[in-house]
Amino acid sequence: MFHIYCPHCSEYREEEEFHYHGQAHIARPLDPDSCTDEEWGNYMFFRKNPKGIHHELWDHAAGCRKFFNVTRNTVTYEIKEVYKIGEQPKVVADAVPSK
Amino acid sequence: MSDVKATGAEATSVPTKVVMNQLPGAGIVGQSPLHHADLETVAKNGPKQGGVKFKEQKLMGLLTLRCNAQNPEQAAVAEKLLGVALPTTPLTSVEKGDTSVRWISPDEWLIVVPGNKAFALESAFFADMPGHYSLVNVSGGTTIYQLSGANVKDVLKKSTPVDIHDSEFPVGKVVSTVFAKSSAVIRRTGEQSFELVVRRSFADYLWLWIQDASREFGLVVEA
Ligand SMILES: [Zn+2]
Repeated sequence: MFHIYCPHCSEYREEEEFHYHGQAHIARPLDPDSCTDEEWGNYMFFRKNPKGIHHELWDHAAGCRKFFNVTRNTVTYEIKEVYKIGEQPKVVADAVPSK
Repeated sequence: MSDVKATGAEATSVPTKVVMNQLPGAGIVGQSPLHHADLETVAKNGPKQGGVKFKEQKLMGLLTLRCNAQNPEQAAVAEKLLGVALPTTPLTSVEKGDTSVRWISPDEWLIVVPGNKAFALESAFFADMPGHYSLVNVSGGTTIYQLSGANVKDVLKKSTPVDIHDSEFPVGKVVSTVFAKSSAVIRRTGEQSFELVVRRSFADYLWLWIQDASREFGLVVEA
């Protein structure tokens, strides 16, 4: 079970109260009518599946019902930070993987 | 409605919101979601002593307000109409007279007033509240359970993952959370008393759950 800090409620709650909504920071093409099929396909369907640091979207579904971002290590499941929508993560993966 | 072209006087008239009084006339008696359980008879014939006390606070007026408490105009009007300022600290509640206000999220509050005062409060909000906001009467979809007694925390521990230890859950704190696979807004109203705002459609299920979870401590029903 995750113990997740909700940045809106300002306290830790059990994972049972939250819903996971996949990868965070997916930018919608600003002009969908004139973007290429590849750009639209990447936006719609293609997601990262990193081993290590991952930025993801969570929803405090049974609590305040607000969305927020989580930086999580997919290997250890450790949550590195939570931050509000519109903010940028402080913890990011190394540009060049160590291995 | 954007393609409807208003003409003449309509084009300049201010749109008015129609507020429906959800209470029928005085001749029609309201029935709470636990009406079928006949809690009056259960209270009369049931045990008078036990570790857990249960009471349905019936037919209250519940209003969900969404607005911006950082907007001084909205905050001032809300305070004027409620008699108390909207609580802006997460997970807190305020109470004054027969009005209570629970923090639900940074831009959402749950207001509870006596059932016969909800319509007047709604109407006052729609008359006075400026700017972008939403006020919805959710009375018909909810009911309130009062749980108290020496073992009330033991029952809550079986039912919700929220930490209700005194250091984490002081009197006045309010949380929206899961309760027995359903959801509830739980507020601590005293050292040994909690209030649960529950969904109408889960009212009977949760009443059965509470009876079962309280059995080992003895359940006293009050009406
Ligand atoms: Zn929250």
